[in-house]
Amino acid sequence: MSTDWEMVIGLEVHCELQTATKLFCGCRNAFGDEPNVNICPVCLGLPGSLPVLNEQAVEFAMRIGAALHCEIRPSEFARKNYFYPDQAKDYQISQYDLPLNTGGWLELPDGFRVGVTRAHMEEDTGKLTHVGGSGRINAALHALVDYNRSGVPLVEIVSEPDIRTVGQARAYADELRGILVASGASDGRMEEGSMRVDANVSVRPAGTDAFGTRCEIKNLNSLRSLGRAIEYEAARQIAVLESGGVIEQQTRHWDESAGRTESMRSKEEANDYRYFPEPDLVPLAPDAAWQGRVGAALGPMPAERRAGLATALGGAPSDAETDQIRAVVDLGLDGLVTAAAEAGAPPALALARAANEVAAQGDAGLRLDAGSFTALLAMESGGRLSATQSKTVLGALIERGGGDPAAVATEMGFEALGADTLSAVLDDVIAAHPDEWARFVGGDDKLMGMFTGEVMKATKGKANGKEVAAELRRRRG
Amino acid sequence: MTGALALAAEVRSGARSARQVVEEALATVARGNEELNAFLTVLSDEARAQADAVDAVVAAGRDPGPLAGVPVALKDNLCTRGAPTTCGSKILEGWRPPYDATVVQSLRAAGAIALGKTNMDEFAMGSSTENSAFGPTRNPRHTGKVPGGSSGGSAAAVAAGFAPLGLGSDTGGSIRQPAALCGVVGMKPTYGRVSRYGLVAFASSLDQIGPFAANVEDAALLYDVLAGHDPLDSTSLPSVPEPTMASLHDGVEGVRIGLCRDLIDGCASDVAARVHEAAEALAGAGAKVEEISVPEFAYGLSAYYLIAPAEASSNLARYDGVRYGLRVDGDDAEAMNTATRTAGFGAEVKRRVMLGTYALSAGYYDAYYAQAQRVRTLVMRAFDRAYESVDVLLGATAPTTAFDLGAKVDDPMAMYMNDVCTIPSNLSGHPAVSVPFGAGNDGLPVGVQVLAPALGEAIMFRVAQVVESGAPHGTGS
Repeated sequence: MSTDWEMVIGLEVHCELQTATKLFCGCRNAFGDEPNVNICPVCLGLPGSLPVLNEQAVEFAMRIGAALHCEIRPSEFARKNYFYPDQAKDYQISQYDLPLNTGGWLELPDGFRVGVTRAHMEEDTGKLTHVGGSGRINAALHALVDYNRSGVPLVEIVSEPDIRTVGQARAYADELRGILVASGASDGRMEEGSMRVDANVSVRPAGTDAFGTRCEIKNLNSLRSLGRAIEYEAARQIAVLESGGVIEQQTRHWDESAGRTESMRSKEEANDYRYFPEPDLVPLAPDAAWQGRVGAALGPMPAERRAGLATALGGAPSDAETDQIRAVVDLGLDGLVTAAAEAGAPPALALARAANEVAAQGDAGLRLDAGSFTALLAMESGGRLSATQSKTVLGALIERGGGDPAAVATEMGFEALGADTLSAVLDDVIAAHPDEWARFVGGDDKLMGMFTGEVMKATKGKANGKEVAAELRRRRG
Repeated sequence: MTGALALAAEVRSGARSARQVVEEALATVARGNEELNAFLTVLSDEARAQADAVDAVVAAGRDPGPLAGVPVALKDNLCTRGAPTTCGSKILEGWRPPYDATVVQSLRAAGAIALGKTNMDEFAMGSSTENSAFGPTRNPRHTGKVPGGSSGGSAAAVAAGFAPLGLGSDTGGSIRQPAALCGVVGMKPTYGRVSRYGLVAFASSLDQIGPFAANVEDAALLYDVLAGHDPLDSTSLPSVPEPTMASLHDGVEGVRIGLCRDLIDGCASDVAARVHEAAEALAGAGAKVEEISVPEFAYGLSAYYLIAPAEASSNLARYDGVRYGLRVDGDDAEAMNTATRTAGFGAEVKRRVMLGTYALSAGYYDAYYAQAQRVRTLVMRAFDRAYESVDVLLGATAPTTAFDLGAKVDDPMAMYMNDVCTIPSNLSGHPAVSVPFGAGNDGLPVGVQVLAPALGEAIMFRVAQVVESGAPHGTGS
């Protein structure tokens, strides 16, 4: 009889803080610049240079701690010593036994709580590019180092091994990303490496308490990779155990194209990092006043914002609306929806337009002003624009960065017909089709489409389909 | 040779030009440096240009500063923009820092002239300047003797009259011990009082830059220029330093002097005799001298030789051949690192890097590094207790007068014992100064050490001034 297995997963998430400057020097913290332009003696680790802690980075790290319900404690920086060419000093300034944030938790959308062991500050390394040869690390002819990233502030968020399924792991990473963005500490962009996830995975027979031997998986650049890698790794471990083998504690690399994990190094090969307190920095102990300011400045987190939107929708959103709510909160468009709803727009319509048409415009959608959006929704819900017209005007408003939707609609020739004009057109259409009208009045509903079509033809599509149908029904009596 | 204070007064008044002072100094160096090897680099062109700039300020009727036109010898671990900074090591040969150390900027702002870079034990590891990759420096008082170390080049430069002032760094006695052996004044300030920015690190929690001078007054003058807060050094003290020149001649009436048995008993009898005579001179000037014992000092040396190598093993990791200095090629990055470090570091540096790596290793950290830190705390508390009853402590600087070149190169323990009297002040971060006081049986200079509590520089210099006045004339030079 085969055993039922349970996964035990803990995640380590590195996130780059979106400070103006680096953690220990005044160099610009920016992604995508020419290599080695944002560098100075400090982030190059030149002899004689010394680190000076960036206060904004501490503030951002504290925001993350507060958002994850951590205790913010007196902390200390340490040196993590290991040789690597992308590391300017051949040690990394990190926090070790005294991290800034400890003992928090993160609640998944389904209510499951994952413990957060710690969220500590550290500096990023430079970036290596292997060139020549086959381009693979071991066969490359040269390695180029870009130190722009050297010294960029990071917070590493370590979860407890509370996660049991791939779904939870992805939900944790997704929810954490939302929290990082909402706190303003990070842009959370996995594709740019500003959020990087490592997964510690082990398996054990379901119903047992002892942990199995874990493997750490690196190079997970998307939620999709995270899910695939955990699936693969758990299956690999189960296969080893079921064939009578033992799991060796290892660091493993996720190969996205091959769809498998490969051993990078075993426990025996692991570095002895020789941590010791960083003598060039003084202990970091944010006082209660500072902590208070950070806590007070922290806006609502995604869970609270989702709940707020659900309430605005009457408290019982449909599944489709729940998905839309998640989407607008993730994208930071919930403020737009709330503002429109508060100004009288139908909340469901505001949500749908934000989650679909506005969201589709990416960053440009974020710049849409609530006033234009609300006015447009009022035109649509008041029947002055059809749904199709409304979406077209919305697209134009986003493209232009705002404006008066009525003017845009007029410009596009979308102004709906006035009630008098519609009435006159209907008179003409009915007069031109007396037999059909008689059948329609007699109950032949199939003719609704024909009459609507004739009105549309006569008005060159400017009539609102819903209004035409309503008027036809009214006249039929 | 004219002292720094008088020289600056002449330049400021226009009685002598800075250019003339520099030309004379360069001529003296040209005559004597080949024999002594005090300077590794003479900054002739830069010094002349700087002197001309000082003269232009004088000509314009403005004040060029308290060190106007005074040549200063800089230890070669202080970064000087565009000029070689070797730390006495092959591994940094050819490297030219893109920036000036904060102290170098302070000197320039005070009108001083950077005359050249002086020889030193490699990365400041040594007590004789014989560990330099560029050959030993000879003691100007007796060229068959060592000048002490690690700042032997600066001590010798001042003793030989190459420059009225010098800068050194003191991690375990590296200013005070060579000052004693060369018969000049050498002082280590309170940790954090002088910026370490631009000082190539040996052991960050112990390193401190300080002055060499031919007399106490000049040392105080230079110290006053160096002291102050630097935002680029996180361990720099924020308080405004008390000027020491103002009270330098206030005498020692009523000052409580602790004649410290533990800083005398292990020394040669002639050295011990001079310390007792210095105490008598102080008593004669109105000080209250009492014998005192601080037995914890006995553990200082052991603690130091764990803490300093541990920090050094990390600080020196960056010399990996990747970014600057020596590179010896290898098949891959690791082989290149190893080949570079094998070729670039001398035996003493390798010995200490290995010691320090071991002391920080997993499984040994608590027994060595952590234990040494506890001893460090013990030594600090012992100082605190001593300073409850006395204002300053008096002892020897070095256990013997200058020893023969080559005498201790094959016996590291004998070499390390040179620092036994100076190390406690580095562990505690307190200021201490070595003042020449007569000669040993061999006719070579003896240094007497005045130790003060944190930020006690003013009283320390006052006492040192009286020791100097009471010193027998015509000896040791």
